[in-house]
Amino acid sequence: MSFLPNSDDDIRSMCNEIGANSVEDLFVDIPSKVKNPDIQLPSPLSEQEAMHSLLRIANTNKRVCSLVGGGIYHHYVPAVVDHLSSRSEFYTAYTPYQPEVSQGTLAAIFEFQTYMCRLTGMDIANASMYDGATALAEAVLMAVRTTRKNNVLCSAAVHPHYRQVLATYAWASNISLQIVPYKNGATDYNELSHIINDTVACVVVQSPNFFGVIEDIEKVAHIAHEHKALCIATFTEAMSLGLLKSPGECGADIACGEGQSFGNYPANGGPLLGILACKKEFMRTIPGRLIGKTVDEDGRECYVMTLQTREQHIRRERATSNICTNEGLCALRATIYLGLVGNRLVEIARTNHTAASYCLEQLVNLGYERVFDASFFNEFVIKINNAKDVQNKLMDNGFALGILLETYYPELSDCLLVTATECTTKDDIDTLVKLLQTI
Amino acid sequence: MVSTMQTIFSLHKQGRNKYTVPQFGAESYDPIPQHLCRGELNLADVSEVDVVRHYRRLSSLNFGVDNGMYPLGSCTMKYNPKINDAVASLPQFTQQHPATIEELSQGSLHIMYSLQEMLCAITGMKQFTLMPAAGAHGELTSVMIIKKYFETKGEKRNIILIPDSAHGTNPASVAMCGFTVKEIPSNSDGDVDIDALRAAMDNNVAAMMLTCPNTLGLFDRNIMTIADILHSNGALFYCDGANLNAIVGKVRPADLGFDIMHVNLHKTFSTPHGGGGPGSGPIGVVEKLTPFMPVPVIAKKDNQFYLDYERPQSIGRVHSYYGNFLVMLRAYTYIVMLGASGLKQVAEHAVVNANYLRVKLQKHFNLPYTRICMHEFVINDEGMPNGITTNEIAKRLLDYGFHAPTVYFPLIVHGAMMIEPTETEHRDTLDAFVDTMIAIKNEANTNPEVLKAAPHTTPVRKVDAVLAARKPVLKWEE
Amino acid sequence: MSNIPENLKYTKTHEWIDVQDDYTGICGITDHAQEMLTDIVFVELPEVGIEVKSGEQVAVVESVKAVSDVYAPVSGRIVEVNKTLEDSPDLLNSDPYGKGWIFKIDIKDKHELDELMDAAQYAEHVASGE
Repeated sequence: MSFLPNSDDDIRSMCNEIGANSVEDLFVDIPSKVKNPDIQLPSPLSEQEAMHSLLRIANTNKRVCSLVGGGIYHHYVPAVVDHLSSRSEFYTAYTPYQPEVSQGTLAAIFEFQTYMCRLTGMDIANASMYDGATALAEAVLMAVRTTRKNNVLCSAAVHPHYRQVLATYAWASNISLQIVPYKNGATDYNELSHIINDTVACVVVQSPNFFGVIEDIEKVAHIAHEHKALCIATFTEAMSLGLLKSPGECGADIACGEGQSFGNYPANGGPLLGILACKKEFMRTIPGRLIGKTVDEDGRECYVMTLQTREQHIRRERATSNICTNEGLCALRATIYLGLVGNRLVEIARTNHTAASYCLEQLVNLGYERVFDASFFNEFVIKINNAKDVQNKLMDNGFALGILLETYYPELSDCLLVTATECTTKDDIDTLVKLLQTI
Repeated sequence: MVSTMQTIFSLHKQGRNKYTVPQFGAESYDPIPQHLCRGELNLADVSEVDVVRHYRRLSSLNFGVDNGMYPLGSCTMKYNPKINDAVASLPQFTQQHPATIEELSQGSLHIMYSLQEMLCAITGMKQFTLMPAAGAHGELTSVMIIKKYFETKGEKRNIILIPDSAHGTNPASVAMCGFTVKEIPSNSDGDVDIDALRAAMDNNVAAMMLTCPNTLGLFDRNIMTIADILHSNGALFYCDGANLNAIVGKVRPADLGFDIMHVNLHKTFSTPHGGGGPGSGPIGVVEKLTPFMPVPVIAKKDNQFYLDYERPQSIGRVHSYYGNFLVMLRAYTYIVMLGASGLKQVAEHAVVNANYLRVKLQKHFNLPYTRICMHEFVINDEGMPNGITTNEIAKRLLDYGFHAPTVYFPLIVHGAMMIEPTETEHRDTLDAFVDTMIAIKNEANTNPEVLKAAPHTTPVRKVDAVLAARKPVLKWEE
Repeated sequence: MSNIPENLKYTKTHEWIDVQDDYTGICGITDHAQEMLTDIVFVELPEVGIEVKSGEQVAVVESVKAVSDVYAPVSGRIVEVNKTLEDSPDLLNSDPYGKGWIFKIDIKDKHELDELMDAAQYAEHVASGE
C-alpha cells in the first residue's frame, strides 16, 4: 500500500530539475557503508489485507463484563463525540501556531480550560498534559519551583502508578519524596501532621483515592498551609468532579489528574488526558499550553496561545516544562462530551455511585468483607478468600472482577478493588452474584 | 447573527439539555454525605443539535492536512491514512481495559510487541519502549536513562552537549534532569563544528543530543566522527528522531553510532497530529542501555505476551499504564502496509520533494545553506524588498490556501522559514506552492501593503497576542 | 535612532543606571533594548533586599516572542522595585528611562561605576551592532 502520489515519471523529471542523476544522489551525505541496509519487516500489505490482519488480531482480544477501574474507567461515549472529533479539520491539524487558521482548535481548548476550571474549582487550567500521572509529576515540579523547597509528601493512597511516576521524576530532578501512610482507607492525617515541617514544598492527596475512598482534602490543605506548603489534590476519576466538592472549594492550590472518563475510551491505556489546574497566583509557573482570549485587528473576538514565554520553544532550558505535543484531540473529545451531557453529569455521577453501592451491598450479602468503612465513589475494596482464583474463574465466565491489590499493597492480601460505573447494569451485578454463588 | 467566536457557554439555556441517563433500577444504600458533595454544577446546558452545529462550525475555522498542503518544517505533516483510524475505532481495541491486558487483550499486546520489534528493525536499536506519550516525553525519558546509566557506573557527569540549532524541548528535557546544557555551534556549512565539539569534550560530558538530519534539514557529514569523539570519551550519543522521515529505510540510526533515540509516531509514522496531540514518542536503545528502560517491559514467553516488572535497574515508570495505545495501533497499521520497501520510498520521495522546492525557490529567496537538503530546508527574509518579513510571507500564504511553514526556527538562522513538503504532496501541488511564493515575492516588490496587512481571507485576521499576554483571559466568563 | 540620555551610565547588556547623590542607583533597560524586544508583556521583578553582584541576572523581561535577562549594572543590595510594572509592563516601552525604571540598588563599590559606559560610548556600542 502506498500513499505516494508522485509517479516514477514525476520523480525522474523532478530529479532532473534538481540536477541529480538519480534519487540516490540526494542521499550522498549518508556514509555509504551504512546506507540502504536490509531492513527485515513483513512484506507490505494492501489496505484490505491490513484490515483483515488487524481484525484477526483484534478478535483475539476478549470482551467481558468489566468491573475494573483503578485509574481508567469504562464510561459510555455518546456517538456525537466520535462523530465530531473525527472531522479532519480538527484531527489533521497541528499546534495552533497560526491562530488565524486554527480558531476551531483554539476555541475548543478555551472551552476545555473553562470546563476544567469549573469542575476543579480553580482559576486556571492548561490545554492538557499526557495523563494524570505525569500531570501530578509536573504539579509537584511546579510546587517545588514556586516554594523553592525540595521536600514532597505524598499519601500512600495515591494511585501506585502516579506515585511511581512521581518517584521517577523526583529522582531525576533531585527532589526528596516521602510517603505518608494510609489508615482506614484514607491518608493518615495524624501521621501527616507529625511528619510535615517547614521544609515541605507540597502535600499530595488523591480524592477519591486509589481505594475509591473520598478524602478530607480540606484537612490536608489546612495542614499543608500551616507549614507554608502547597496542597495538591489529584484524581483519577474525573466523573467524581460532577458530584463531589471540588478541590478548589476544599482549599487545594493545584488540582490535577486524569480526564479519560470524559469522552475517551479505556483502549488498553491510551491515549489519555492529563488535567492540570491551579489558583491564579501560579499562572506564570504552570507548564503546558494556555489558550487566551483576545481580538483580531477588526475587533473580532478570537483565541491565541498565550504566555508562551514559559514554554520550551522560547525559554528552552529555563522553561516550566519540556512539554510540546499534549493530548489535544482527547481534550476536544472531553469538551464535546461535557457539552453534550452538561449538568446531567451529576446524574451520571450519581448513577455510577448507585451501581457501585448496589454492587458492594450484594457482595457483602454474599459474605465478603468490606475492607474500608469510609465513604466512597464508584470504587471500593472487598476481601474474598482466594481472590486470585475467584478472579480467574470469573474471567472464564465473562466477568473481570476488579484489580488484585497485593502487588501494590502486600498487606491487602486477597483484596480486590472493584469498580462499577453507569455502564454496569443491575443485571450485570445480579448475574455476577449468581456466578459467585456457584464458584 | 451568530458571532464567529461564540463559545458553547453562550448557547446555554435552561431546559434545552435532554441528555438521558439510564436508570440503574435500584436505590443506593450508601449515599455520599452532603458535606462531601459540591453545590450546583454550572456547565452549559445545550441541545444535541447545538453541540453538533457548534463544533461543526468550529471545525470549519481550522486548517488541517486534509484541507491543503501543510509544510510545517520538522513536524512532518503527511497524509494520515484513514484505514489507521478505522482500525483504531474497533471496539475490540477501544473497550479493553489496561489493567486486564495480559488476561484479556493478548491481541493488543501482540500489536505493541510487534511494533517494538519493527521499530528495532527500522532503527537498528536493540530494544524499544512505547511508553512515552510524545517526542518531548521520549526525550525526557532518554535523558533519565542517560542519567541512570552513569549513576550505575559511578561516574559523575553533569553536562549534555546540544547544538545551537536544537529544538527547545532538548535543553528543556536536559534541565528537568538536573544536567547543564553546553551549546555547540554549527559551522557555516550547517554541520556541527567539530573543533568546538572536541574542545568541549571532557569527562564531565554525559552525552550529546543531535537531531538527525538536523533542524536545518541537513545531514551532518561528520556524524560518525561525532559518534567517535563521544564514545572514546565514554559519553553517549542521543538521536532526536523528529526528522526520521528523511532517512527511514535509508540508514539505521544505530549504524551511525547513536546509542539512544526517540521517534515520533505522529510524524514519521503517519498518526494524526490531533490539533496538539495525542502523539507518541517511543524510545529505542542499544544493548548496554536496556537494563534502564522504563517499566513495564512488554515481553513474550511461549507465545504469550506478558508485562515484565522485574527490572531492578529501570528508571521506573514514566506514564500510567502503557502509553498511547490507539496511536501505536495506527503506526503499526501504517508500517505493516508499507513494509521496508514502502518506508524507504517515503524517505526518497520526501527528500526529492524538498530538494525540488529548494531549487525552485532559491532563485527568488535567500537560501542560507545551498547544499543538498534532506526532507526540509530553510529560507529566510534576507534581501526581501521593502523590509517584508518572514512572518508577513507566512500570513500571506494563508490567504492562498496553504498552511504556513515553520517560522523563526531554528534560532541560528535569522528570520528562518523551514519548509517540509513531505512525500504525500505531488508535483502539481508543489508547483502551485512555488508559484504562490513567487507571487508573494512580486507583491513584496509592487504591493508591500497587502503583505503587511495579511492575512485577508482567513476567518480571523491578525490576532493581538500582546493583549492576550498582558491581560490574560484564560477561561470564559459571563 | 534610539534615545540615549547624557546623564546616565550604561552597560554592554543594555541596562542604564542613574546614580543619585546618596549612591543609590535607579536602573532600567535602554530605549534600544525595548525597541529590540518590541511589546513587553511581563516583567519579573527582583526580590527586595537581595544582594547582587555586578553582571548578575536580577530581572526578566518578556515580550510575546522572547525572554530577556536584565543584569545588575553594579554590585549592591536591591532596595526598591517598580511595582507599577506588574500591571503596566508597557511603561518599559513608552518611558524606559522614566516611569519604566525597574529597580533601585544601594551601590556597594563606587569604583564599579567607572567600568560602565557613558552616553557617547554606549551610542557607539549600539551602532556597532553587538
